[in-house]
Amino acid sequence: MLPSAGPIVRATGLCKSFRVAHKQPGLAGTVQHLLHRRYRRVEAVRDLSFVIEPGEMVGFLGPNGAGKTTTLKMLSGLIHPSAGQLEVAGCLPQRRQERFLQQITLVMGNRQQLIWDLPPLDSLRVNAAVYGIDEAEARRRIATLAEMLELGEELHRPVRKLSLGQRMKAELLAALLHNPAVLFLDEPTLGLDVNAQARVRDFLADYNRRTGATVLLTSHYMGDITALCDRVLLIHQGELFHDGPLEALTSRLAPCRQVRLELQQSVPAEAFRPYGELETHHGHHVQLLIPRERLTDQVAALLANFPVVDLEVSDPPVEELIGALFRSAGAER
Amino acid sequence: MLEYRAEIALWALSGVLPLIMLAVWRDSNGAATAGLSGAQLSHYFVAAFVVRQFSVVWLIHVFEEDALQGRLSPYLLQPVQPLWRYVAAHLAEQATRVPFVAVMLAALAVLQPSLLWIPSLSQLVLGVLAILGAFALRFLLQTILTMLCFWSERAAALDRLALIPYLFLSGLVAPLQAFPPAIRRLADCTPFPSMVAFPAQLLAGEAVDVIDGFARLALWCAVLLPISLVLWKLGVRRYGAMGA
Repeated sequence: MLPSAGPIVRATGLCKSFRVAHKQPGLAGTVQHLLHRRYRRVEAVRDLSFVIEPGEMVGFLGPNGAGKTTTLKMLSGLIHPSAGQLEVAGCLPQRRQERFLQQITLVMGNRQQLIWDLPPLDSLRVNAAVYGIDEAEARRRIATLAEMLELGEELHRPVRKLSLGQRMKAELLAALLHNPAVLFLDEPTLGLDVNAQARVRDFLADYNRRTGATVLLTSHYMGDITALCDRVLLIHQGELFHDGPLEALTSRLAPCRQVRLELQQSVPAEAFRPYGELETHHGHHVQLLIPRERLTDQVAALLANFPVVDLEVSDPPVEELIGALFRSAGAER
Repeated sequence: MLEYRAEIALWALSGVLPLIMLAVWRDSNGAATAGLSGAQLSHYFVAAFVVRQFSVVWLIHVFEEDALQGRLSPYLLQPVQPLWRYVAAHLAEQATRVPFVAVMLAALAVLQPSLLWIPSLSQLVLGVLAILGAFALRFLLQTILTMLCFWSERAAALDRLALIPYLFLSGLVAPLQAFPPAIRRLADCTPFPSMVAFPAQLLAGEAVDVIDGFARLALWCAVLLPISLVLWKLGVRRYGAMGA
């Protein structure tokens, strides 16, 4: 299924800007807009470069308006980049050649390809015809995917009668019927309840394991990213801020680690100042922030110098770290 | 699904303009002026009614909505030219119209039997082929207007503008013979007579130049098809996948 050795997605210096009409509110603004329209240029994506190897599951993170969806649209060939080079599955996406379209799929959590008034099976038959899949093979693939997605009689009910979770699963089935090698997923769990989110996540992990497909996933639910992706791309202020494991992002966003101590007896707060930043001090319980590079030495010193009963070292939750980064980006805008 | 069948029935009913025009023309001297007998006039308008039923094109309205709402995106990502989806939807809708049109013709046969006639096999075959050609031509013409959706978010309004020449120059509101010679010459320079008058005359059994009629249909299709495809290519580059 995979086209060639080497990266399956390669983006170099990718940029996308849009010309957006700028209108002032009110009647005067409307008249001015009619007579003398003013535009401004919005840089949605700036100089983005990354590669993705076949079979990788990569999380794409960024605050609203960071350019994640725009990037996915460029990768899938829906829109043309303003600058930069792009290669997906050995093809130029914007040409949308059949060889390319047969190898990719784009699933958007807020958009659907299933025909609203008909059961999903009808849409699936149309998709099978469009992708040139013969009937027997289409039946076999539908059965396999339906089993993985836990879909049964829902495939016979009109789409409009399905719940959001059932609809999303049917959308995934439709998007994967042609066995794509590259999956672009934009908020695939948007609006789903916790159980439905978990089922979609399990399915995606299973699909990746079984088929070796490459997945690039955006989600506002950190649970999706942490459960599925070993690597994350984080766009911050229109540019690539981080490309690597989620843990490395945590280290970068949180240069200190949290050390919690439980002591045999109370020790004055001043005694801990030389070891790190004192967060809390309540009787026998002390909480410190210690820079990562000094962590081993300082923990050893704490154990040697104080009557420690229990010690715990942890990172602040990644959601909080990324949330803080996004908030600071919002404040700067 | 009852609502959808009712919707199709209402759409079919809404296409009775030629029958209304027949009522208007029957009570005037227009038919005689145009050199048509009462029966010929009736047959022409009933045939025009059938042609209209099976050559209705609503591409621009759904396409505009699909482009604005981002529903076009999944179509663009499939290995088939998205316009084929709309062609298929139109043909499916036409097939659904068949029983409703049959019921309306049956009602006419009961109420006004003189309005109907039984066409010969050749008239029927040529008429059906001409209707398919008329549909293709209307679809291509509307495709050209539809491509403006890539430049304007309200391109569907242009279809209203195109409706005026279509109504008058196609022969839908009056047989083209009833127009002054200058207007008829003007109409002959446009694709509109091929969209209603030619297939209606064929079905009604009027004496028409069959080869000339089909040649005009083919010529206009050959002119409009490349324009549609070029506009598609240019337009789709501008597609911002709005809303998607």
